[in-house]
Amino acid sequence: MMEKKIIYMDNAATTPVKPEVLKAMLPYFTEKFGNPSGIYSISSDNRSAVDDARALIGTTIGTTPENIYFTAGGSESDNWAIKAAAEAYRDKGKHIITTKIEHHAVLHTCQYLEKCGYEVTYLDVDENGIVDLEQLERAIRPDTILISVMFANNEIGTVEPIAEIGKIAKEHGVLFHTDAVQAYTRLPIDVDAMHIDMLSASGHKINGPKGIGFLYIRKGVKIRSFVHGGAQERARRAGTENVPGIVGFARAAELATEHMEAYTAKERKVRDHMIARIEAEIPYARLNGDRERRLPNNVNFCFRFIEGESLLILLDGKGICASSGSACTSGSLDPSHVLLAIGLPHEIAHGSLRLTVSEDTTMEDADYVVDSLKEIVAHLRDMSPLYEDFVKKNRGDSYVQ
Amino acid sequence: MYSEKVMDHFQNPRNVGEIADASGVGTVGNAKCGDIMRMYLDIDENRIIRDCKFKTFGCGAAVATSSMATELVRGKTVEEAMQVTNRAVMEALDGLPPVKVHCSLLAEEAIHAALWDYAEKNGIKIEGLKKPKEDIGEEEIEEEY
Repeated sequence: MMEKKIIYMDNAATTPVKPEVLKAMLPYFTEKFGNPSGIYSISSDNRSAVDDARALIGTTIGTTPENIYFTAGGSESDNWAIKAAAEAYRDKGKHIITTKIEHHAVLHTCQYLEKCGYEVTYLDVDENGIVDLEQLERAIRPDTILISVMFANNEIGTVEPIAEIGKIAKEHGVLFHTDAVQAYTRLPIDVDAMHIDMLSASGHKINGPKGIGFLYIRKGVKIRSFVHGGAQERARRAGTENVPGIVGFARAAELATEHMEAYTAKERKVRDHMIARIEAEIPYARLNGDRERRLPNNVNFCFRFIEGESLLILLDGKGICASSGSACTSGSLDPSHVLLAIGLPHEIAHGSLRLTVSEDTTMEDADYVVDSLKEIVAHLRDMSPLYEDFVKKNRGDSYVQ
Repeated sequence: MYSEKVMDHFQNPRNVGEIADASGVGTVGNAKCGDIMRMYLDIDENRIIRDCKFKTFGCGAAVATSSMATELVRGKTVEEAMQVTNRAVMEALDGLPPVKVHCSLLAEEAIHAALWDYAEKNGIKIEGLKKPKEDIGEEEIEEEY
């Protein structure tokens, strides 16, 4: 019999909307439907709901409401930040610095700008995925207009030295954007102390709704309108506000920030338990990402001799939702660019597995997942010609794993 | 994304394993691209495939096509096995998603590679059979990380 219970271990992909969040949102679909730009009372109530949400979100990253611009999500925020900065500062120069491990919303935007005549430096990362600050500083040129480095990596969970990068950017008078989609409400963020000029975040990663995000733009950064056609978002992004989304996002951010310490402590405990058990009980497994500078909810391993998609389907058969950086899951022939950037050979990168927990993940869930994983990895290795070769090659030598 | 038959052959693969002293063994694919298939054939003096086993490193479709290919060639003569094309494997599995069609090609190549090995060992020629491509990338897999 298949296990009926679903164990959701893909919280870096998306999260369920919390009941409190849904409750806060619901009135804004029906009785509180007014366009915030109207002058009648049902509209002005909505106007203040949006204002309150903006103020609340501002406080979660240490800023004031006028610097928060609501968008449709993290990808839009990244696109806006990079394209608009490129356009606004092109008289100063056409050079952008980013890293090889960014989300595709940043990488593909940079590649697009390269086609438009911009130059982009893609910084290397070390074997744990951390940016080299000296390499970053050396890459800055007189025509560099923007540095974009993610706060924490979505695949391997590595947390970048954001405050240090912000300091370098400020010293050189270069704008600094960070994609904080994974870090937002899981790690403390202070845009002033960290010298962040622009920051992207998303609602659905923090138990808020999909289709809502924000871009923080520091006052004085002269980037332009992304959507023309109205006065919304200080005329920088026109369009009637997604009021239920904004209200839900703010409620989710409020809950997550209020409980950040408690939630992330629970996540860390489960994360560390899973990492310890996998390392102790599954041979030829490699932890990807930095051990210390790591998102509280991220577990990422490569299992040699097996392929990620097979692993995911068999885990799904046991009710476990996870993700992989294998080629088969990326829709291309290459495995994840992040795993290649940390120096893994292709065939090992194909065998990656990402498990991202939440504060609701129990130790029992974690144990069930590791137990299932042990069984599945062994089963797939039994089927693997690479494992067969490996075992035959080592037979006669010491017979230890 | 997969048909029920693909899921069945992936979750309950037929004929996984090795054959000691096989009449022919063929390995195709490339670890870099994420698929390697190895086919073992046991062929009797009447050129009938008595047994066929496989080992595969790869996605669900790679495992399912290997499993189905072994089922399709078992009990067949060498000449009949040559007719087991990638299309035949795909049809037997009720189709594959477009991005996975290459897995069925790999299954056909694996059968051919094992037959080639059998033909070489026995100094015989099989009509229409070509030398398989050497493309395994074993040296890469030995790399330590």
